[in-house]
Amino acid sequence: MEPHAPLASDGAARHICTMPIAAPIAVEHLVKIYKTVAAVDDISFTLAPGSITALLGGNGAGKTTTIATIMGLTTPTSGRVTVLGAEMPRQRYRVLRRMNFESPYVEVPMRLTVRQNMTVFGMLYGVDDLDGRIAELARQLNLTDLLDHPTGRLSAGQKTRVSLAKALINNPDLLLLDEPTASLDPDTADWIRGHLERYCHQRSATVLLASHNMTEVERMCERVIIMKRGRIEDDDTPAKLLARYGRRTLEEVFLDVARGSGIQREAAQ
Amino acid sequence: MTGRAASAYLLSSRRIAAMMLRYWYLLRSSWPRLLDLIYWPTVQMVTWGFLQYYIATNAGFFARAGGTFIGAVLLWDILFRGQLGFSISFLEEMWSRNIGNLMMSPLRPFEFITALMVMSVVRLSIGAVPVTFLAIGFFGFNLYGLGLALVAFFFNLMFTSWAIGIFVSGLILRNGMGAENLAWGIMFLFMPLTCVYYPVTTLPPWLEPVAWALPPTYVFEGMRELLIHHVFRGDLMIDALLLNAVLFGAGAFVFFKLLESARRHGSLMQTGE
Repeated sequence: MEPHAPLASDGAARHICTMPIAAPIAVEHLVKIYKTVAAVDDISFTLAPGSITALLGGNGAGKTTTIATIMGLTTPTSGRVTVLGAEMPRQRYRVLRRMNFESPYVEVPMRLTVRQNMTVFGMLYGVDDLDGRIAELARQLNLTDLLDHPTGRLSAGQKTRVSLAKALINNPDLLLLDEPTASLDPDTADWIRGHLERYCHQRSATVLLASHNMTEVERMCERVIIMKRGRIEDDDTPAKLLARYGRRTLEEVFLDVARGSGIQREAAQ
Repeated sequence: MTGRAASAYLLSSRRIAAMMLRYWYLLRSSWPRLLDLIYWPTVQMVTWGFLQYYIATNAGFFARAGGTFIGAVLLWDILFRGQLGFSISFLEEMWSRNIGNLMMSPLRPFEFITALMVMSVVRLSIGAVPVTFLAIGFFGFNLYGLGLALVAFFFNLMFTSWAIGIFVSGLILRNGMGAENLAWGIMFLFMPLTCVYYPVTTLPPWLEPVAWALPPTYVFEGMRELLIHHVFRGDLMIDALLLNAVLFGAGAFVFFKLLESARRHGSLMQTGE
């Protein structure tokens, strides 16, 4: 990978300073029921500005539904979700320009070149000086030589970098990432994590990260929310979770929670 | 309301242009897509053109009604290809798994719909305009000879095709790709009822009110009046326009209801079957 380039332009930095202060994400008693199944069952949490938080849980734990509700793609059955001060999904158009996401459930159009995709999404997000922003992102994400290649002909790692470029095109204040390094080799995954960390620290951006990669979570996140069967099972810093469960890795903590052995272990101690 | 808050609810020409650019890039990058635009209209026109030529040389009435078949074929293609152009552009987002990106972006549904409407005209122009010139060359039928009437016919047919396209897009958003076949086939339901190739009086009396409830019926009747009796029936075009306004409003209403339902049922992230 090439040396890391600086992340934020002066204009973008000024944009941050003028942002009104509001909790990036506030979830209050969120319930989402599909027919008779509660995908999310009365969860509440608030994210601090500039924080990186992991949302963990096994398959069917309710992570994707929670993220979809935060993005305004799903209407809550009850409860309230506010993002950057706007109630979702009702007031979503007030804040969608200030947020972005990356998910394995969606892709950028594969027939379009990298530059064409970034142009379209840049226009959708109202990015000023779009050519400059595309050049800046391409330099940061090592995509300059690939800009005029069709996205579908790139390797998995290159496609992930394109998806990340799309997610960062508008310099978002809030970034939702669903498995951002899934199916990447360790070197590329490490590089992506490094870039995301620098972006967040330099721009004070808030990140909610859903991941099954515990090494990634331990490295990047200052807070971990663990979900199981639609509820929040635990919510703390990685260090406190490790201490509470008496484990050495978050993977062991995750397994304890997933298999229901955490409570017994805690009680035994 | 502050300027910033107000701007959150306004349509953006830049976002509409972004979506048009997206579809233009796609068309430009794929010759099979371009070929497909022109292939079926050409096949249709040639087939029906020869049939008309045969009938016209063997039947007095059809000799007088010169051009009604081929005119009907070309106008039907505006209706059918208009809806298909709208729906295929929409389906491209489902096929490429890009709909989540769009729904999560600042793009408003009406901006998306506007871009799809414009692209349906662009796609139709690429496919149908060369065919109209072929019709002149092969059969001496000049669609542009209809003059201003053609503008009225075209606008009414496009209006209908957009209304149906919006309705079908809502169904696909709500029900996933299982509803894709509707995009390809729904217009054929209109073919017998809108009396593309025959007068409304050919239908059984109980079916005639149904035909008159559909805007394209007025266009095809108007086309026959013009070609057979050389009379432009402006009243038919106004009736079609009024019905189209109702149909378009109903299509948009149903689309937004289905979009709301898709948000409730969480189907915007699940774009499969």
